[in-house]
Formats: sequence, structure tokens, C-alpha cells
Amino acid sequence: MQSEKTADKAEASMKSSSGSARLGRDVQHKIGQQLRAMYDDVIKEGVPDRFRDMLRQLDNPDDGSSEGSRG
Amino acid sequence: MKLDPSIREAMLAATPNLRAFAISLSRNVDRADDLVQETLLRALANIDSFQPGTNMSAWLFTILRNHFRSEYRKRRREVEDADGSYTASLTSQPEQTGKIEHEELRVALAKLPADQCEALLLVGASGFSYEEAAQICGCAVGTVKSRVNRARNRLAELMAIESPDDFGPDRETQAVLAANERR
Repeated sequence: MQSEKTADKAEASMKSSSGSARLGRDVQHKIGQQLRAMYDDVIKEGVPDRFRDMLRQLDNPDDGSSEGSRG
Repeated sequence: MKLDPSIREAMLAATPNLRAFAISLSRNVDRADDLVQETLLRALANIDSFQPGTNMSAWLFTILRNHFRSEYRKRRREVEDADGSYTASLTSQPEQTGKIEHEELRVALAKLPADQCEALLLVGASGFSYEEAAQICGCAVGTVKSRVNRARNRLAELMAIESPDDFGPDRETQAVLAANERR
């Protein structure tokens, strides 16, 4: 764990020599906003029927195909 | 197989977020949905190893992430992506549900090393803590922090995100210049 930490530090300092090591909060905020906006477009779609049906069928294998044969 | 309804509900509740992660990782909706399906099937097959009361979402993300990793490695080997052409084709592949305004972000994400990309998505978009992300990626918390940090720096560079209002430093420079001129 300790060695991993130092490796990361070394990597981080290598990066910092090539430019910005620390971003302003506003830039972090902007990146976070854009990432979440991208996610939200997918999340808005909810759970596709494919997965809902799959879970229901696995749970209840008789369900589905026997739907019309009742009565 | 009889599934505890609360477990099924927890799985369904985690699915939209899981899917968003899968789409961002694989950059292809069909592939992402296959990833999610495989993840749910694996989760069900191993439901005994899930401890009720623990974080279902983190557990599913761990499965999906590991599955994606091994698939990705396999594909890379198959395609022999020596010149990076396969990666490039992924990058330029149009996103089916993606909106044009996210295209720049998706292209920039595709340029990040996989480690950094997943860390940033988990913490910055999926809403996991650094500790949870570390658990999902199987690494130390400090490692996740530094990956997220590097990912943000690189994204800011790639997308040329600068200070808000774009006049911060310029205005200061102008003030200094103006002061010098007055002397």
C-alpha cells in the first residue's frame, strides 16, 4: 500500500511538471456537471423492458409464455 | 429460482446508473446493454455471495467493471490493435442515444487511460465515494484519488475548460499592464 502510494505520487509529480497539477474548483465543477448531464440522458430512459422482463422471467420461469393460455 | 423481491428491486433500481456507466465505458449502447445483461445474470448466479444490507449498486458495478475489463482485453488481443486503429474507430463511433452536446466529452473520455476513465466515472458521475470506488476497482483509496485527479486534469486540457467567464486571468493581466502603463 505504501509503495503504491509513492508510485502514484511519482506519477502525479511527473504530470505536474508538464502542466497543471491542481484544478480550480470551478473547473472540477464544470467537469462534474458535464459528466452528470451525460449520465442523466441515459438514466432518464429508466430500466429497459429487456432487463425488467429478464428478471421477472428468471424469477418465475412459467410466466410469460403461458399468459394467453389462461381461462 | 425464487428471488427475494427486495433484491430484485435493488437490482432494478441500480440498473439505470449501471447502464450509464456501461455506455460511457464501452461507448456503444448495444454493447453496454449486453454488459448490463451479463452483469445481472452473473449477479443472480452468485446471489448467495451478496450480503443483504450491503451496497447492491457497488456490488453490481464491481461485476460489470471486471467483466468489461476481461472482455476489453480479449477484444484487444483479437483485433491486435497495434496502431490504435480499433481504439480510434471506437472513439469515432456515433453514440446512438448520445446527444451531440456530450460528444466532445465522450471523445475526451475515450482518450483517457482506462484506469483513470473508470475512476472518474465512478466518483464524478456515478456518485460513489472514493472508498466505494476503490472497492469496485480493487485498489487503494489513494490510488483512486490520484486517478480521478489526473483524469480531471487531462479532461480539462482536452476540452479546453478554463476559468469561469473566461476573463479571470486576463482581467488580472490587463490590470497589471494598465498599472505599468500608468507609471
